[in-house]
Amino acid sequence: MSNRLTIAMPKGRIYEEAAELMKQAGYDLGADLDESRKLILDFPEQNIRIMMAKPMDVVTYVEYGAADIGIAGKDVLLEQDRDVYEVLDLKISPCYVAVAGVPDQPLSRIAPKIATKYPKVASDYFREQGEQIEIIPLNGSIELAPLIGLADRIVDIVSSGRTLKENGLVEYEKIADITSRLIVNPVSYRMKSNEIDQMVSKLSNVMEEASS
Amino acid sequence: MGKRLMFEKPLGMRDTLPFFYNQKAKARKQLSDAILSYGYSFMDTPLMEYHETVGKVSATLDQQLFKLLDQQGHTLVLRPDMTAPIARVAASQLKNSEFPLRLAYEGPVFRAQQTEGGKPAQFEQVGTELIGDHSSYGDAEVIALLVESLKNAGLNDFVITVGHIGFVKAFFRDVLGEDEETIETLLQFLYRKNYVGYREAVKALPISEDKQTALLQLLTLRGGEEVFEAGRSLARNQTCMQAVNELKQLYRLLKEYGVEQSIYFDLNLISHMDYYTGVLFEGYAPNLGALLCNGGRYDTLLPSFQLNASATGFAVHLERLVEALNVQEDEDQRIGIIVDNDSYARGIKQAKNKRAEGYAVLLQHRDQIADVEAFRSQLSETIDLTNEGGAKG
Repeated sequence: MSNRLTIAMPKGRIYEEAAELMKQAGYDLGADLDESRKLILDFPEQNIRIMMAKPMDVVTYVEYGAADIGIAGKDVLLEQDRDVYEVLDLKISPCYVAVAGVPDQPLSRIAPKIATKYPKVASDYFREQGEQIEIIPLNGSIELAPLIGLADRIVDIVSSGRTLKENGLVEYEKIADITSRLIVNPVSYRMKSNEIDQMVSKLSNVMEEASS
Repeated sequence: MGKRLMFEKPLGMRDTLPFFYNQKAKARKQLSDAILSYGYSFMDTPLMEYHETVGKVSATLDQQLFKLLDQQGHTLVLRPDMTAPIARVAASQLKNSEFPLRLAYEGPVFRAQQTEGGKPAQFEQVGTELIGDHSSYGDAEVIALLVESLKNAGLNDFVITVGHIGFVKAFFRDVLGEDEETIETLLQFLYRKNYVGYREAVKALPISEDKQTALLQLLTLRGGEEVFEAGRSLARNQTCMQAVNELKQLYRLLKEYGVEQSIYFDLNLISHMDYYTGVLFEGYAPNLGALLCNGGRYDTLLPSFQLNASATGFAVHLERLVEALNVQEDEDQRIGIIVDNDSYARGIKQAKNKRAEGYAVLLQHRDQIADVEAFRSQLSETIDLTNEGGAKG
């Protein structure tokens, strides 16, 4: 079998940071991959194949084994609970998931509604708080929901807090810190252990150098 | 819910068309030939069991069970695996037989239906149970038999990763004392394959740096026989040491069987939170996204059926094995005889002779064939006994 590693990279915002990290670890993918429309790129001299995927979908590609390795946000890992190895915290694109809403507004006593892109993260969190809530699933501009009375709170990613502020919302509780993680398919982890261990150790060296 | 269309099947259910059926039958036979050659006896149990008996003690998580109600209102499960039903039989109808028992099975098992693709609610397992042998010889026999079965089925490229849950638990107890809550948390991280979470949790523990280093070193305990030395240097208590020695002994025995090339060790391997009790293993093949086979020693299952016995076994996911074998469609070996009214009797006779020689022969009246060329092309050979066919064939 070929021991080429297929890597699912997140398109968009995270790509640049991820590619920089890969470069420092000795895997040069070029800077403009994200701008190209190509979805699959081979780097035969480095024995890797890159797949450009939507960040939300990276975990899916890796779980099914379409990619051996992927770079995925912890938010997606928390939400989707997929069977993959989470081997390394790449510490890139840091942000956090938080509960936010209109200031000084208590949760509805009858049926608290939470608007979110992360139904599982939100229900798990409120269940732990002893609160049974109802989820309003949304795909974007979550901040709208409490403003127009669709929901009591939102559960969403916060990076700078600017969007919340500009819309007059406040953060109530922080749920979890989020960074991008290196994830590995469980079968690849065994079948291509040499290649994967090599990549993981190169990346973790880069991480250690950065933190020291 | 919209109306079902006539071609639809319940979620997660698949049809097995002739080509795949043949491949499965072939792989099933090759696995079971190897299993039979080790003196195991095949048996079967019902597709349905009570939730409160087999369902509760099975290794399958409760939310993954396929549940139904019977007419009396009891919750039933479609069997999620064969290990728990066989344990039930071993502890009841077979309890007075001569142990160790060597039992084997082949048949469908079920999981709760899932909307996501690639996660069938029904699939087939072929496997073995060695009940009443608690030694490393038992562990070795089961793993060696697994390797030989897979090879017999024609699979050459695969890896069996072996771990020891007794080691992990004893090691945690050694480092963390009786802090069951922390032990549970760390086990959960390993079980969920979350090494990032494991490292963070270890670094946050109020323990000495040495202890933290030891806990982090656990993650590196995988590879070949060198892990025994590394494991031994981490082990400080007797139980831990014993687990390493068991693995060492197992490796020696696997070498005697000559199957050590396929074996890797991983002392972090935790396939299940509380089912396995000793040596456990998982098998992988390339180009398969998911587990090919798994198994291990389970010592608490039989006692839950009131039989005090240790057991070990393996299960191979048959459909995934066929996928991993990736065989091309065989050439059709069938012979066709085309007949008409006049040649029908002759055709029957000729077919009978050919069948006696071992061929699969189909006899087809000319009038029912729309396209003779297409008919011929699907068979290895055709004999035309009609006037049109004349001397042909």
